[in-house]
Amino acid sequence: MSALLVALGAAVGAPLRFALSRALDGRFPMGMLLVNVLGSGLFGVFAAMSLGDAGWALLGTGFCGGFTSFSTFAVQSVERPARPATTYVVATVMLSVGACAGGWSLVSALG
Amino acid sequence: MSARRPGATDLLVVSVGGAAGAVLRFAIDTAAPDSLFPWPTLAINVVGAFVLGVLPALAVVRRSRRVALALGPGVLGGFTTVSAWAGQVRELADDGHAGLAGLCLLLTLAAGLAAAALGQHLARRAEPEATMG
Repeated sequence: MSALLVALGAAVGAPLRFALSRALDGRFPMGMLLVNVLGSGLFGVFAAMSLGDAGWALLGTGFCGGFTSFSTFAVQSVERPARPATTYVVATVMLSVGACAGGWSLVSALG
Repeated sequence: MSARRPGATDLLVVSVGGAAGAVLRFAIDTAAPDSLFPWPTLAINVVGAFVLGVLPALAVVRRSRRVALALGPGVLGGFTTVSAWAGQVRELADDGHAGLAGLCLLLTLAAGLAAAALGQHLARRAEPEATMG
């Protein structure tokens, strides 16, 4: 049951990532930066909501996990020239962890 | 791979691949023994980055754009994850394990980038005459 929900969440998240990456990635991968930061922020929000196993499988593991992508981030980083690559790596790491912590804190404070 | 607006079939192919990759990640996470340090996600991301780097060397990927989409943004995109990585770093830090949080962040980053670079290097050596795309 959980595996099915994970598949369902990722079946929505993955093509959404692909479309945003296609539309916004250029010399600088702005689309993937947006995807990974947004997905990490939502992951923090969902984690703080105590969703239960089914909700977490669908939204956390499935949607956020399938929406964000480390492999794309890593390959894009090593393909870019040093300067934009460094900006991309630092921005992705800082903003993703920051968004996740922010999302978590926001929902924890409200709840 | 230049169209800005992907077609419905491309999106469907990425969707199915992404679902398969995510279920594989879920199965590994579920099967792995509980540990304070999130080794499964680290391993998933490093292996996934390497395979995405080496993917262009596969003949089937060079022959078919749809297979390339199914495996790259699809399976490997859904398999690897930035959100769980960020979530684990946050959780370790919030639970008072600042050192482990920093280690998780830096080790994933260093090993993941090195794995992607190694994969690309091997792919280029395997097919010196191949042109990308």
